[in-house]
Amino acid sequence: MKSYTLPPKPEKSLFKKLKAILIVVILAAIYVWTFLGIDIDWARAIDRIANNFARVIPNLFSPDWSATADVSLSILETVLIAFAGSLMAAILAIPLGFLAAQNMTGSRILTTIGKWILSAVRAFPDIILAILFVVAVGPNAFAGVLAIAIGSTGMLGKLYSEVIESIDMKVVEAMEANGANKIQILFYAVIPQIIPEFLSYAIYRFEVDIRASSILGIVGAGGIGTMIIFAANNRNWNEMGLILLAIIIVVTIIDFISARIRRKIV
Amino acid sequence: MTNQSKDVVKGKTPSLYPVKTKAQVSIIFIVILGFYFFSMFWTQREMVGGFGDSLGNMFTVIGKFFPPNLSVIPAILEPMAQTIQMAIVATTCAAILTVPLALMSAQNITTFKPLYYATRTLMNILRTIPDLVLAVIFVGLFGIGVLPGILALFIFSLGILAKLISETIESVDMNPLEAMRASGGNVFQVIFFGLVPQVLPQFTSFVLYVFEINIRASVVLGLVGAGGIGLVLNQQLGFYNYQNAMAIIVLIFVVVIVIEYISNKLREALI
Repeated sequence: MKSYTLPPKPEKSLFKKLKAILIVVILAAIYVWTFLGIDIDWARAIDRIANNFARVIPNLFSPDWSATADVSLSILETVLIAFAGSLMAAILAIPLGFLAAQNMTGSRILTTIGKWILSAVRAFPDIILAILFVVAVGPNAFAGVLAIAIGSTGMLGKLYSEVIESIDMKVVEAMEANGANKIQILFYAVIPQIIPEFLSYAIYRFEVDIRASSILGIVGAGGIGTMIIFAANNRNWNEMGLILLAIIIVVTIIDFISARIRRKIV
Repeated sequence: MTNQSKDVVKGKTPSLYPVKTKAQVSIIFIVILGFYFFSMFWTQREMVGGFGDSLGNMFTVIGKFFPPNLSVIPAILEPMAQTIQMAIVATTCAAILTVPLALMSAQNITTFKPLYYATRTLMNILRTIPDLVLAVIFVGLFGIGVLPGILALFIFSLGILAKLISETIESVDMNPLEAMRASGGNVFQVIFFGLVPQVLPQFTSFVLYVFEINIRASVVLGLVGAGGIGLVLNQQLGFYNYQNAMAIIVLIFVVVIVIEYISNKLREALI
């Protein structure tokens, strides 16, 4: 009988082997650090859940319908916050996107500055921005609008700049060669190429912002989050059930509509 | 004489876009603008003095945050470490548990349709619930501590990861899998030798991406009592210690940037 042997495996270089070992060691160190550092009081947690389970979970699934009016009003406010915030961001992000696009500024320094500004803005979680704005303009929905506007500008600016960098530069060159000025190039060569993607990203960001604005109320920036924190503090899990239901419904509807619109645009 | 040449005679260039499109775009534009003004009015109606007043106020208040009191940094390193550990544990657990879920919600692997639709719907619902809301519920269940935070992050990242990875699985090249099936490989062999090599780089990249999201999310979970640095931040804000709070915010900022930088480099190296 013939014996079949597998083809020889490609030999790995020493450098690659060392690299793999190093990665494994670092990962192991991180996990050891994590599991030694984290302390969970399992006995207490189990004790708590045994006590609380019957009080929380069944109530979450039997929503308190009497709060429907309040919840609808709050969720409307959440949608409005998200809308105003994302529209502001969609506009604020345009100049930053152009600044961070290599092919528009033509200078490495300006592009790097633009990219740095955008990643600095992105590093702040929305809710930290909301804390700052609540202190600055008071605990109301407008603080939420500002937090969403600034928070979304970072990501939208980055996406915009990537769109601008990927446009067909031949059109721009052709117009330049024909003697068009900068403004004409912007309006007839650049903008028609970027509008569908810009709109699509702005609408996508609105989707994300709906989720973000639903929690801003936890720090006092308006919307449904205010009700969430009250319901949690009062242990009113029936109302929490209704709030959850409202969030799930609104987010699903907006995701669906936005996906439809985006598919049509691009 | 046709319409077009009339326009030319009058010295007017005909528009590039048809009248119907123009009307549509104008209507959409007006609706969006109207909705925007309504939103601005609605969100500002409870504000004392309106936007102009608070803008002036804003600068004086923001001034209170500066200079950040950096001497508290050594004291807050421990909660910061706890925050990162929470994100690591949650991401690891989610990465492990997402594998069966992603397989079940990928159309080309799960040929049993009801299972596919059930997992997909469950994941879609899970993804709509914001992480902080999950944290609020888990804090209600388990009491204040790290565990509710980890669970909230875990559930939340499970939703995102399962979606991203199932989409990757759906886009793989099915030919090697079919060949294996044809030559008698069972389901696990097909998955392990045909599917895993194709999705592993994306899988790692998505896990790192979700880890980034989790770091960002875990810094704020403490606001609702789910452990980590957010708890300290909330206390300091409650005591109006704005300069200490700013120091914490600066630390969060630095940690997020560093982790994102490392994770970005790793992801670039992978793909």
